Amino acid sequence: MPTQKEAVKSVAPGDVASKVYVPPGKHDEFYVFFSGGFSGQVSVYGIPSGRIIKVIKVFSVDPETGYGFTPETKPMLMTSHGFIPWDDAHHPWLSQTNGEQDGRWLFINANNVPRIARIDLSTFETTEIIEIPNSAGNHPSPYGTENTEYVVAGTRFSVPIPQKDVPIDSYKENFKGTISFIKANEPGKMDVAFQILMPGFNYDLARCGRGPSHGWCFFTSYNTEQAHTLLEINASKNDKDYIAAINWKRAEECVAQGKYQEMPATYYHNYYDEEKHMAVSEVKKSVKVINPKDCQGVAYFLPTPKSPHGVDVSDDGEYIVGGGKLATVIPIHSFSKMLKAIEQKAFEKEIDGIPVLKYDAVLHCELEKPCLGPLHTEFDGKGFAYTSCFVSSEIIKYDYKGCKVVDRAPTYYSIGHLLVMGGDTKKPYGKYAIAMNKITKDRSLPVGPELLQSAQLYDISGEKMQLIHEFFTVGEPHYAQGILADKIKDKVKKIYELEKNKHPYAVKSEKDARVERKGNEVHVYMTMIRSHFTPDNIEGIKVGDTVYFHVTNLEQDWDIPHGFVIKGSEDAEILVMPGQTKTLVWKPKAPGIYPFYCTDFCSALHQEMQGYVRVSPAGSNAPLKYYTGTAQK
Amino acid sequence: MKKGLLLIAVALVFSCQQKPAEEAPKTETPPAPVEKKEEAISDKGIGPITEVKLGPIDQALAKKGKEIFDSKCASCHKLEEKYVGPPLKGVTQRRKPEWIMNMILNPSEMVQKDPIAKGLLAEYPTQMPFQNVSQEDARAILEYLRSVDEGK
Ligand SMILES: [Cu+2]
Repeated sequence: MPTQKEAVKSVAPGDVASKVYVPPGKHDEFYVFFSGGFSGQVSVYGIPSGRIIKVIKVFSVDPETGYGFTPETKPMLMTSHGFIPWDDAHHPWLSQTNGEQDGRWLFINANNVPRIARIDLSTFETTEIIEIPNSAGNHPSPYGTENTEYVVAGTRFSVPIPQKDVPIDSYKENFKGTISFIKANEPGKMDVAFQILMPGFNYDLARCGRGPSHGWCFFTSYNTEQAHTLLEINASKNDKDYIAAINWKRAEECVAQGKYQEMPATYYHNYYDEEKHMAVSEVKKSVKVINPKDCQGVAYFLPTPKSPHGVDVSDDGEYIVGGGKLATVIPIHSFSKMLKAIEQKAFEKEIDGIPVLKYDAVLHCELEKPCLGPLHTEFDGKGFAYTSCFVSSEIIKYDYKGCKVVDRAPTYYSIGHLLVMGGDTKKPYGKYAIAMNKITKDRSLPVGPELLQSAQLYDISGEKMQLIHEFFTVGEPHYAQGILADKIKDKVKKIYELEKNKHPYAVKSEKDARVERKGNEVHVYMTMIRSHFTPDNIEGIKVGDTVYFHVTNLEQDWDIPHGFVIKGSEDAEILVMPGQTKTLVWKPKAPGIYPFYCTDFCSALHQEMQGYVRVSPAGSNAPLKYYTGTAQK
Repeated sequence: MKKGLLLIAVALVFSCQQKPAEEAPKTETPPAPVEKKEEAISDKGIGPITEVKLGPIDQALAKKGKEIFDSKCASCHKLEEKYVGPPLKGVTQRRKPEWIMNMILNPSEMVQKDPIAKGLLAEYPTQMPFQNVSQEDARAILEYLRSVDEGK
């Protein structure tokens, strides 16, 4: 690891400032989506400036907006394990058409309770989440296919399938892996199309082919030793582990021919209806599982040194780079050689019905002495690959056809993944690479024991990579994807149109604002506009009531949300976007007067945007009464 | 006691960048060539509407206008009383129809540049929002306000 002195020296000559300076009022050239890791969310930055422009709520509840607290959004976080308020989000993946980014959706995986989310890039809101059955630790995910036909999932942790109560040391006998293909190209219709039953290894990362290799997806595995304890040592014994090559077009044939088992499984599919401003959950009850023994040609193993992490396919679809994190070489496989080896049955052996191809028969070349701890690779479209190296803290640039390193650049420190703009597409933009560093000590002002992770921006347009910028990120980004701003910016929504608001409790006009009692439930149909609520005085609420404040923001102007919260609320506030309806549920516990107010500074009279609820004792005869200003009802 | 609405004149004025509507103005006759002199701000206001030809009140249009008004304007404007914004009874006699439509369609620029609108912002400090109304909708609202003023 470079010393601090070296780091300071490397800090860039003065001319780099102009490369990253985006003057106030001007926009960046790229959107970059960073996974939040243990924050469970996604953060969006403008590049090259490194300015944060959004945090997208995905797998974790969000007290700023009420995501995961309101009845409208709680269903998004439902799983077969119940309501889960958090997850560990690792890999964002931007949807593609013909192998190029199309700017429609961003997908991201949840690692802990296996799920994949879809984020709509017209609203930057999470609109769909599907749970993955027969899985544990959804790490090699979502990495989709060339036309977003599928996003994929795999088990980092093998487990009994179906789940059962067995001794852990019966691992070899009872534990299995799965690789799943989830239909992704229709919003609201995500579905586990099929799963492939795999040996009980740990499946780590994935990439799908493009161009000639479209129809295949590749998954790294480690722990082919099938250890179940002290993996640090016991899973690092074999010289080679495997890249699993899955032929999903073949899997589709097998499904069509009935060569699968319909296995009982319970998992959730949650969908946010943007017109109703409301999420719904459906529970699925079975899944199609393909056993490779019954579907010849669906899966092959490519031996790959040693505990590989990344598996990355070049922009032309021909080369498959393994990130052998404990290996002394970077193995580069050839897709066309792989097809030939399959045709010639150049097999070493078979594991659970899956042929293991001969290493030499699929290998294009080994990049010798690349660096220490190679992890993950992306491509610039000009014949160069860029691999992050965790142990030696650097990025190496190499000619992957000629198998020759041409440049290396230090990172500060311990880089995990990297990103090249568009580096997993048929047409990378190149231009910039970003290092996502795991260790940040001494790179920022000290802020106690916990530090943010850093991102370092490299100009890769020339022969030599040049570090030009550094900024700090939210959560722990494991990966990021960048897209030309032009592919998204003009289709981003500014408001929700009131006319299209089909929320069952929406009120679109102040004159319809009202309060209704149904037994112990009180529904407040409330409106908000700069700078008052209607109604803003409510009486006749009693202890023991459950009060639903259904609040519609009547504004139709960009960037004018209003917030709503009431004293003693046990949930987060709600932040309601223009034209949107959200609900805050409140159970008053004692008689008295309770103020509510707008939390978002909305106008000169924002501080006047407030109201009162009077709560009377349980069983009292207090009649319902509500009004705003002189318009007493 | 009736709780009146207190309007406190606050020196702070918030405005947001508001692009004028992008469509070409819809007028009954082709727009006459307008002289683009910055200094000569007309009493038609600033915005996409340069000329409106008025005929007898179109009752159907006025009815549609009332519906839009109730949903998108009534939260802040009453007819007879000062509220968040000024009372609107008589507005079609006080202002040109073009001014009214431009205020609906282009409020941010109006309060920055139009002398009358500027004065109103000083009196009613909540910036009037653009409520995502089309030129057709604004025309309907105008018809409703005319029908109120003509007592029809
Ligand atoms: Cu407000």
